Order: sequence, then C-alpha cells, then structure tokens
Amino acid sequence: MCHSRSSVKKVVLLGSGALKIGEAGEFDYSGSQALKALKEEGIETILINPNIATIQTSENVADKVYFLPVTPEYVEDVIARERPQGILLAFGGQTALNCGVKLFQSGALARHGVAVLGTPVQAIIDTEDREKFVSKLGEIGVKTIKSEAVTSAKEAKRVAARLGYPVIIRAAYTLGGLGSGFCDNEEEMEALAQKAFTYSPQILVEKSLKGWKEVEYEVVRDRYDNCITVCNMENFDPLGIHTGESIVVAPSQTLTNSEYHKLRLLAIKIIRHIGIVGECNVQYALDPSSEDYRVIEVNARLSRSSALASKATGYPLAFVAAKLGLGYGLHELKNSVTKSTTACFEPALDYIVCKIPRWDLGKFKGVSRELGSSMKSVGEVMAIGRCFEEAVQKGLRMIGQGMHGFVANKELAVGNIDEALSHPTDKRIFVIAYALHKGYSVEKIHELTKIDRWFLEKLRGIVAMEKALEAYSSLESLPDELLRGAKQKGFSDFQLARTVLKAKSSAIESRMMEVRRARKERGVTPVVKQIDTLAAEYPAQTNYLYVTYNGAAHDVPFPRDGRDVAVLGSGAYRIGSSVEFDWCSVNASHTIRKRGYRSIMINFNPETVSTDYDECDRLYFDELTLERVLDIVDLEQPVGVVVSVGGQIPNNLAMRLHSCNVPILGTAAENIDRAEDRHKFSSMLDEIGVDQPRWKELSSVSAIYRFVEEVGFPVLIRPSYVLSGAAMNVVSNRDELEYFLTLATSVSKQHPVVVSEFIENAKEIEIDAVAQGGEMIAYAISEHVEFAGVHSGDATLVFPAQKMYVETMRRIKRISRQVARGLNISGPFNMQLLAKDNDIKVIECNLRASRSFPFVSKVLKVNLIELATRVMLGEQVEPPHKSAFELDYVGIKAPQFSFSRLQKADPVLGVEMASTGEVGCIGDDFSEAILKAMLSVGYVIPKKNILLSTGDSRSKVDMLSAATALQENGYNIFATKGTADFLEANGVKATVLHWPDQPHQPNTLTYIKEKKVDLVVNIPKNLSKDELNNDYLIRRGAVDFNIPLLTNARLASTFIHAFCKLAKKDMKIKRWDEY
Amino acid sequence: MLEDGSRFTGYSFGAEASASGEVVFNTAMTGYPESLTDPSYSGQILVVTYPLVGNYGVPRAESSGSIPLFFESDRIHVKALIVSDYSFEYSHWNAAQSLDSWLKEHGVPGVYGVDTREVTKVIRERGAMLGRVVAEGDGEPAEFFDPNRENLVAQVSTKAVQTFGSGRYRVALVDCGCKYNIIRCLLRRDATVTLVPWDYDFTALDYDGVMISNGPGDPQLCGATVANIKKGMATGKPIFGICMGNHLLALAAGATTYKLKYGHRSHNQPALKVGTSTAVITSQNHGYAVDPAKLDEGWEPYFVNLNDGTNEGIRHTSKPFFSVQFHPEASSGPVDTEFLFDDFMESIKKSIKEKSK
Repeated sequence: MCHSRSSVKKVVLLGSGALKIGEAGEFDYSGSQALKALKEEGIETILINPNIATIQTSENVADKVYFLPVTPEYVEDVIARERPQGILLAFGGQTALNCGVKLFQSGALARHGVAVLGTPVQAIIDTEDREKFVSKLGEIGVKTIKSEAVTSAKEAKRVAARLGYPVIIRAAYTLGGLGSGFCDNEEEMEALAQKAFTYSPQILVEKSLKGWKEVEYEVVRDRYDNCITVCNMENFDPLGIHTGESIVVAPSQTLTNSEYHKLRLLAIKIIRHIGIVGECNVQYALDPSSEDYRVIEVNARLSRSSALASKATGYPLAFVAAKLGLGYGLHELKNSVTKSTTACFEPALDYIVCKIPRWDLGKFKGVSRELGSSMKSVGEVMAIGRCFEEAVQKGLRMIGQGMHGFVANKELAVGNIDEALSHPTDKRIFVIAYALHKGYSVEKIHELTKIDRWFLEKLRGIVAMEKALEAYSSLESLPDELLRGAKQKGFSDFQLARTVLKAKSSAIESRMMEVRRARKERGVTPVVKQIDTLAAEYPAQTNYLYVTYNGAAHDVPFPRDGRDVAVLGSGAYRIGSSVEFDWCSVNASHTIRKRGYRSIMINFNPETVSTDYDECDRLYFDELTLERVLDIVDLEQPVGVVVSVGGQIPNNLAMRLHSCNVPILGTAAENIDRAEDRHKFSSMLDEIGVDQPRWKELSSVSAIYRFVEEVGFPVLIRPSYVLSGAAMNVVSNRDELEYFLTLATSVSKQHPVVVSEFIENAKEIEIDAVAQGGEMIAYAISEHVEFAGVHSGDATLVFPAQKMYVETMRRIKRISRQVARGLNISGPFNMQLLAKDNDIKVIECNLRASRSFPFVSKVLKVNLIELATRVMLGEQVEPPHKSAFELDYVGIKAPQFSFSRLQKADPVLGVEMASTGEVGCIGDDFSEAILKAMLSVGYVIPKKNILLSTGDSRSKVDMLSAATALQENGYNIFATKGTADFLEANGVKATVLHWPDQPHQPNTLTYIKEKKVDLVVNIPKNLSKDELNNDYLIRRGAVDFNIPLLTNARLASTFIHAFCKLAKKDMKIKRWDEY
Repeated sequence: MLEDGSRFTGYSFGAEASASGEVVFNTAMTGYPESLTDPSYSGQILVVTYPLVGNYGVPRAESSGSIPLFFESDRIHVKALIVSDYSFEYSHWNAAQSLDSWLKEHGVPGVYGVDTREVTKVIRERGAMLGRVVAEGDGEPAEFFDPNRENLVAQVSTKAVQTFGSGRYRVALVDCGCKYNIIRCLLRRDATVTLVPWDYDFTALDYDGVMISNGPGDPQLCGATVANIKKGMATGKPIFGICMGNHLLALAAGATTYKLKYGHRSHNQPALKVGTSTAVITSQNHGYAVDPAKLDEGWEPYFVNLNDGTNEGIRHTSKPFFSVQFHPEASSGPVDTEFLFDDFMESIKKSIKEKSK
C-alpha cells in the first residue's frame, strides 16, 4: 500500500474560477471527475472555486465548497481553517497551477503540512519556466524550439536579429498564449515585447516554424513509472495558429507509424524525465518533409486538450490522473468503459473526431479578426464521424454560425482570396471552400495555407460531391448511391435541399423535410455507433454514442419502453451561453434518473460535464440540428424531449420539433413561440395589462425618425442580423442616429429594424422562476448593480435584491404570475424588467432556464432546475416553503471579461454582451459579497494610486462620494482635466494627467504603461461612439498593461466603497453550507 | 462473406481479385505498410477497425544493406485488406505510391466501404472465422480456405541461410516468418545475424545466442523447431523468442498452446511483468496463446495480459531463456519494450564472459 493512499483523508482541490478565453468549461469537467475519483476513495474533498455555475460546485460533488477567489491568500485561509493533508493543483487550469506554485514558493504549503498530490511542484516549475524547460529536455537530448529568454525589449531585439525574422514571442506563466505573437520585423517586435512584459517579467524569443505540422500527445504516468499515451491529435492548421484556434483531428491523420511512435516515445521520455505523476500534454512541431521535430511545450496539468482527448477517446483522463495522484498504479485501475479491462492501455479509435473552435469576434468592437499564436475563441465543438468529411461537415454545423457544413452555405464575401488564405481569420475554412469553388487547386491552397494536402483533398472531395449533386434537380432522379454517398460525406438534408432541390431560403424548411421523407422511404438512414475505447475488441458497458452514415448496423438496441426522456444540451460555449446551461442540462438529466426514467443527453461540446457518459443513461455526442434530433427521436422514441434547459439552441428547436410531432415536455411549444415572437408577446402583455417599453418594428428610415420623435432619445436600435456593421446599440441623439443609419444601409421590409424606447437610469431586475400549469411555484428576484443599458450577462447581479422597494418587489411577483398564467408555463422561465419609481416594464421573457438559474439556485439552496424538471415530467410539485425565500446573506454574480486576449477590442460595456464567464460569491452583507466577487474575476484592491476619468456630468456626480471615500482612505487620485476640476470644486484633491492625444507629461498613457496606477476608472461619455478616441486609448491601455479597469460608474462606486469599508481581515472564510 | 453466412459489401481497390483465408481484425490506427508485409498475417484476410486507411500512401522501396527501410518483408502477406474509408489521395513526403497501386502490384485485393466495426463485433462474438472476398463478376467463389491447417511457417520462412551485418555478437535467428525489424533491432546492438530456415538445426552453427522469430499459423505444426530449441536449451546459450517464438519455446518447455477466440491484433495490449508493478504497452499480432500451467520445473510466466489474463511471455528462473508473446521490435506499434533486445544482448555478453572464465 502506498503511503499517501492510506494517510490522506482530506484534500483541497482548486478550481479555475470564471470562464475566460483560454480557460473554459473543460476545467469544470476535469475538476468534477477528480472529485468523483476522490469520493470513491472515501476522501473528504474541499473545493475552492468562485464559479458558481459549475457542476463541481453543486451539492454532492465536493464535500465542502468555498465560493472564494482562487488566490494564494484566500486559499491559505481555507487551508488554515480546514487543515487538509493534500492539495490537487492540476485540475483547475493555469489559475490553480499558478496559485499552487505561489503557495509552494511562499512556504505556505509546508507551513500547513499540505502535500501536493500527483505531479510535484518542482516538475510544474520545470515545465513553466521556459529556460528551465529547455535545459531539462536538453538533458535527455530532446529538441525544443530554439528560444531565448530575455528580460528587456532591447535584449529581445538583439536575439531576434540573430535568429532572423520571423520570430515568435511568448510570455512565460500565462494562459493560452497571452501576450504572444509573431513579429516579422523590428517594429512589430518592439510593440509586442513591451506588451508581453506586462504579463510576465520574462519573455521568450524564438525562431518561427510557421508551416510545420502541429501534433499533440496526452501522456499519463503513474508512480511506478508506467506510461501511456491516451490520444494524439493533429492540427489541421499548421504551426502559427494557436492550438486553441485550430481545427484539430484525433487521431493524427497524416503521420506514418514511424512518426507517430517517434513522437509517442519522446512524450514518454519527457514525462518520465520531468517526473509527472498524473497527466500532461506535449505539443510538437513536426517538419512536413522529414521526421525532424521540436517540442513546443509541455503542460503539466489537465488542459483543454486533455478534456478533448477524454471525450475523443472515452478515456477519463482527469479521473485517472486523480487516482494516480493518490498513489494508484495504472494497472490497478479499471477501464471505465468496458469495466472489465484495465485502465493501463491506449485507446484504439474506430472513428475520427474533429474539433472546431467557436469564435464570437463579431461581439467585440474593433477587435482584430486575424488568427495567430494567441487564443481568441470562446468555445469549441467536437464532431465524430467515420470519415473526415462527415466529421468536419458535422462540426461546421455545430459551431452554430449559420453554416450548414463545408458547402451549400451563404456565399461569403471574400475580397482577395490569396490574402484571405494566407492571413487566416475565423472564416478561413469557408475561404477554402470559396477558393475551391473558384477553381483553386489543392496545390495552390496548400502553398498559401500550408495545410496538409490530405485535408485539402478531402475538402476538395466535398466540393466535388456538391457539384455531382447539383447536376440533379429532383430527388427521384438522384441515384441511391449518390444520395447515400452524400450522407456518408456528411451532407445534411438541408444541404441536399439546397444543392439538389435548389430550395430558396424561404422554403428550405419544407424542402428539407421532403428530403428527409424521401430518404427514409429509400432506407437511407443513419446508424448509432458506440465509443468504446477499444475499437470493438471488448464490449462496452457505457452508452457513449454518435450517429453516422458510414455503418451497416446499430451498436445498441432501442428499448422504446416509455422510460426514456431526452434532454437537449447547450452546444458550443459562446458569449451568452456557457457553463450555466451545462449545469441546467446535467441537473435535468440527474432529476430524470432520480425520478425513475432513463435520460438521453444530446450535446456536442467537449468542454462540458453533460457530455460525460456517466451523467446520463445514453449520451449522443452529436448535432443539435432538427435533422439529427429527429433521427435520434425516431430511433429512441422517448416519452418526451426537454428543450428548456440548454439555452437558446434547444429553445429554437421547440416549435420545429413540435410540428414534427415530437412531444415537448413542459410549456407547450406554441407558448414558447408566443414568448419568442416579439409581436405575439407584446400583444399578450397588452391583454393582461402589463407595461413594456414602447417599441416598433420599422422598415424605413422615415418611419424610424417619426417613431423617435414620438418616444424621444435615447432609443435602443436592434437591426436584423444580416445588417453587419450595425450591432444593437443605444442611440442618444440625432447625430448618432444618422451615423447608425449610414451603417445600416439596407433598412427594408426584409431587413427591418426594431426601435425601442430606452429608459435612462432605470433599475434592471431579473426574475428566475418555475411554474406549474401556469402557477408560479418558486422564484428568485435579483437586481443589477448597473443601470439598465448594460447587457444582463455583463451586469453585476445581486440576489436577493438589496435596494428595491417592497412595492416594486410585490408588483414584479404579480406581473410574473400574470405572465406565467398567460403563457400557461410549466417549467423554468426568466423575465427581465425595468423599474423606475415603482413603475415596472417588462423587457424580455424566456420560457427556459436562464444564465442565472445556477446562481440563484445555489444562493437560495433550492434547485430550481430539479423543481422544473419534475414539473416537466408531469409530477405535482409542492412549492418550497415561503421561508426558503428569506435569506440573511447576499449573493453577487460578477462577469469575467477576456479583453486582454482580444487585441484592439474596446473594453466597454453596452447592450451587446461581451463577458466570457462569471463568478458568484456569498457574503454576510453586500460589500463583502461584492468584494469577494470582484477579486474572483481578477480585480485587486489598489495599493495607492487611482486614475479617474469619469465621463459626463451625471456620472461625475455618481462617482463623487466614491472619490471622497478614496481620499479619506489615503489613496492618491489622478484624474483627467475635467474630472480633476470637478473633484477640486467638490473638495477632493486630484493630480491632473493629460489625455493620451496631448503631448504633455504627466500623461495618462505614460502612467498606465509604467504601471504607476493600480486601478483605472474610465466612464465612457456616451453609449455608442465607437471611434478611436482618448477614452478608448485609456481603456485599452489599462487592459493591455494589465491594470484593473472599471467602466461603469455605479459598479466603480460600489467597488470603491466596498474596499474602503472592508479590509481583507473582514472577509469571512465561510463554506457554502455555513450560510 | 464470412463462414457463418454474414455478408458485407463494399467497393474494390487494389487488385480486382477474389481471396479466401482466415478473417482477423486489427485495431491499430497506424502502420498499414508494416502490417501488410508482416509474415504473421500470412493466409489471413485483414480487417482494419480504424476507418481511414491509405492517408499517407506507401513509402519508397529504399533499402539499407539488403533490408528495405520501410517494410517488414519482401512482399504483402495478407490475402486481402478490408477497410471502411480508403483514401485515394495520399499525402506524405516519404510516399512513393498509393496503397491502391501497391496492392495492385502485389495482386492483393482490397475492399473499402465496409462497416469494419460491425465485422469486428461479429468476430468478437462468434470467434475468428474463415472468410472470402468475392470480386463482382467472379461467379462461384473460391472455397473457404483454412490457413491454420497448413504449415504457414514453412511457406514464409527463408529457404537459405543468410547473414546480415558484421557485429561483435553472433545471433542465430530462426525464421518462422521473421519481421525485418527484428533483424534491424539486433544489428543496432552490434550483432551479426544469421537467418536460418524454420527447421534448421541452429545448434550446428557457431553462435552466441538464438532468437526465435514471430510467424504465422498454428505453433503445433512446428515440431522441428521445437526439437531444435530443446537442443539449444541444452547448450545453455541465451534464447529469446518473440510471438511464435514464445509459443515454440513454451512447447519446448513443456507447456501447451491453444487458439484464442479472436486473437490479439493491436498496438494497445497491456502486459504486466509478473510479480512487479511494471506494465508495458505492446504491439501484438497472434491468434494462439500459451497455457503456462504445464510449464516444466524451472520455468515461470514472465508477462501476463492485463485485459484477459492470457500469457504474454515465459522465462527460465536460472538460465538465460525468455520469450514474449508481444512484439518488442514493434513496427508497427509502440516501441516501449525494445529494452528486451538489450536484455538479450546483455545475457549474451554475460554468457560469453562466463564461458571464457
């Protein structure tokens, strides 16, 4: 028996905090798996993670949960209080790893007698510090990219000159390539180096290997030195594009046996030499014209790639890594899919998976769309097929950006094809389709992109198939072989309707169903295959499934005994839809099982817990398109489908599924439609006498002017999505309206614009609730710290609402009851409302779970999804006792932004959502909760100097008391001219800093670049101007130089008052269950 | 077409011909040029579970000395190749031709568009079976052919004694269907390799150690080799067996062999070194296994399969005789157990030293 296995009784696990670019839902999956593994051993687990929307912070996962910042001081406080014997650092991404290294280096772990389980900290340091890493691998003759660590820009330039441009710059100790990039010349180098130094005191300059293949291996090692590689993956995009930005396939496709095993052996040599116990990821560059290679990096922890590898193979890496950390050997663990064979093996795949990143660059103002060595994508999908064409076409549909596969999409507007191919953006794969359509050869595309010809040939084959289909114009004339061939190459019914039937967009839905009917009549239907880790060599005990046309028989039987309930998951994480909906989906699945049904989960996001085959009875890792859901429903014939827990994707399918006679559980599809359709919803509100901001759908410019005249400025303008360049916006005056209308050039009947009255300085309120047969049985009312105008996903949410009139509260409950009755809701729903002086208006209503469901459920300690699911299953649910809604503590949900990764994006909040994640913290009072939450999303309490630039006169007034508090607490205030004058006039001393465009010192930008200020408050003067201006330069500077930034007067004032009032010692270290 | 009546249809590539043999599946994801030339597949119709095959073409026929650099023998040994998705377009710097044209060159038929996972499940449930590939237009197909009734070893073994390299240590290599990589592994370790026919009495040679190679078919048909091994054991010189070599050494040491339900053919077979916590990932290709129960005194199991508990090797407790069921020479597959060649060379060195004492 191993020492640690018997002596460790209590373990702390660090989570990764809020979702951000480079660190997303994958760590909820790995952390949850690790906790499951520890629980199985009877070890008491303590989790520190402020990400309240995760599965890992739910009941019955960890024994104790702390919604606290994952920072050394808070973690040490928890350790001092809980006295654990061990700590796990590898399951919470870079956040947990960095925190753990700091705790180790400060001696805190030794002081409290806490052992790091799994990979020793020294091994982590050896892989994180680039110089140590290179010399460590050098010791065993493993080649790394020739790079040199430098500590000044001058040194960097000297090294670059010697290596020869192009070079790549990386900052040490950062997330997913933060602060890295390519430099083609000295000027680019100067700019990038300066920025990189703000993230890390050390940067690396290395020769660029652009165009080499990029290959990754996931390696596992136990304490007996047994090693396996669980999966290898090949990037479709060659070196030069961050692996998080690349399309990736598993297993590798263009590597020979000799290359595969050469890199595999190196990976094992490396993991042994570094001394990892658990899991690590090794990334290689492989010369496309020899077997020469370089090791790019080693991640000594679970990573995004390891989550992908787990889903791609069915091998639960995090679970196994946790067990190895406790001292088990690989051979002592079972394969959790077969339950009979050992975990000491390497999965054999009999399918191909294709991961495609999901970008949301359109949501950010001014961001550069070019892809490079730093990650910008906010989520990813994984598609499974039995040929590359099938997998990639599925994947391109899954990313949910209006594409239907590789071909048969809306024509893309590509200016210069060569340029677009050689300078990749988020649209590159479609540019390849465009180029192939324009007759570009594989060779030419290869030259411009360096993508391996094998992938390009396969893509060319898809275009050839499209041409073959286009030669027909009816389904009757289409030969069986071609029809089946197209389905095998991943063509959807939609693509067939478009290519064969030449269906117009307006009729596509019915033509698609025509294809479906004809196809089924001709017996062209897909089969269900199982992922079993051993390519059918041993039978699998789990139901991890996918659907394919490349097969002759189903792997599983379909019981069809009226006990199956299907849950539609949330798809790729993106701005506005992420881990919250995964929490809802998993909780719905659990409830379904608890109530005696079998749950069928459909989802395709590898970063989730819902796609863990342990969380449901059958997992279909497949598309959430109408076609695929119908395929699955045809086979499984479930008693019903839950569409209200996975966010907007399933919600949008409700009506369409209903019209195909699929039983929708909960609120009727017609009523979902009545809430979704602006006109229907509006007339329902009128009927029940509920107020809403005045709005109109307008299709001419003159009508817009007339309406604005009537309601007055400001107004909220929402163009239909085809009007690119004109996002949803608040327009405050005639000038702005004119400017907006020049962007939205084609306002017409086909492309109408919705204009709504915008109520200034109104309180925004959310209600999350569950109704049963039209009666509201549970609810949670929260308010925003910010005034209306900040997207609810970017707002700071307070629950229970702290500053609301009792009368307002009463009215909201009444309105909610009326709406629940009006729409006969059975299940979850969410409403957003505006309140100004007890005058309440409804902005929006969704008959589904919302982003805030996990937050309010956990603060309330009433699981609203469980209640809603039971309602949807048709049970008569008792409403929770009234006292459950009276809390004597406060929960705050705060957004996490990832602007630092989105070069040039303006870090300002508006009506379009921009945050990538969130945290939820609990405090005894409002100030404590808000401080914990703000610290959790990366704010730090300023030491001394604060820069204020507080916008228009109204926000200047709003900020005055905060400025006074700062002065009283001994902070030095720096301010731009107008703000300083205003503060002086009101008795607050401030040092004037000049605007960025003024050539004078002291200048705001210099102070920011030299990091002479600890906090920047910059309130935009109006809500819409998006041109580069002084304010933008200050905000962007703060982000680029890693200085905490606040851009909302209400939030800034709240934060400042909170940290002036409370010190670190006032912050209570309390578990969730102690509130 | 399988013995039990199951039929699968697909499209032809490679040679347009019919074929008959024992149907086996392999779950490896790489290495078709190596596998197809592995003599152990002699007489077999190979079903590949990894669906995408042919992606990187077939390498150049270049040789180093008299051994081709990239193949395991001088020809394709499988009777036919069954895959799901054949890649007509290949891409690799080292490729000289497509898999299709290579199969054509060797007159071996290929079939693509087959649900190889389903074929595998049939074999898994009902056991290894005989099967036929019938080309369209070929009227009455060939009879089912059971390769295991024939002495396949005799068919694939070298007819003449051949010598490779000029290293310091002299290794007699009994060719039961030897993969070139065994020779390469020995040559890299300063050996002179004398390749001898399967029934050759190697004890007549002046040698420092003997290696019994892999090979196809039923080990019980190789009585001549077993007899020679027994003679070899009497000399006390090191013996190292691989795959068929493990069967034959086991038979020489009193154990028996039996046919597995569907064999082990993959790159991911875990084997535990008996009595330790050392587990290795191995490349395997065998349809028969050793039952170690009747091993003579002085012998013990060396490795055991972690999945199904079958024997993966035996060794003598005091003498330098050992063998493994898996393929330490890999090619194709993981190379983690190549250290066994080092162990073998060490035992040769030790044995020479002891003799000179």
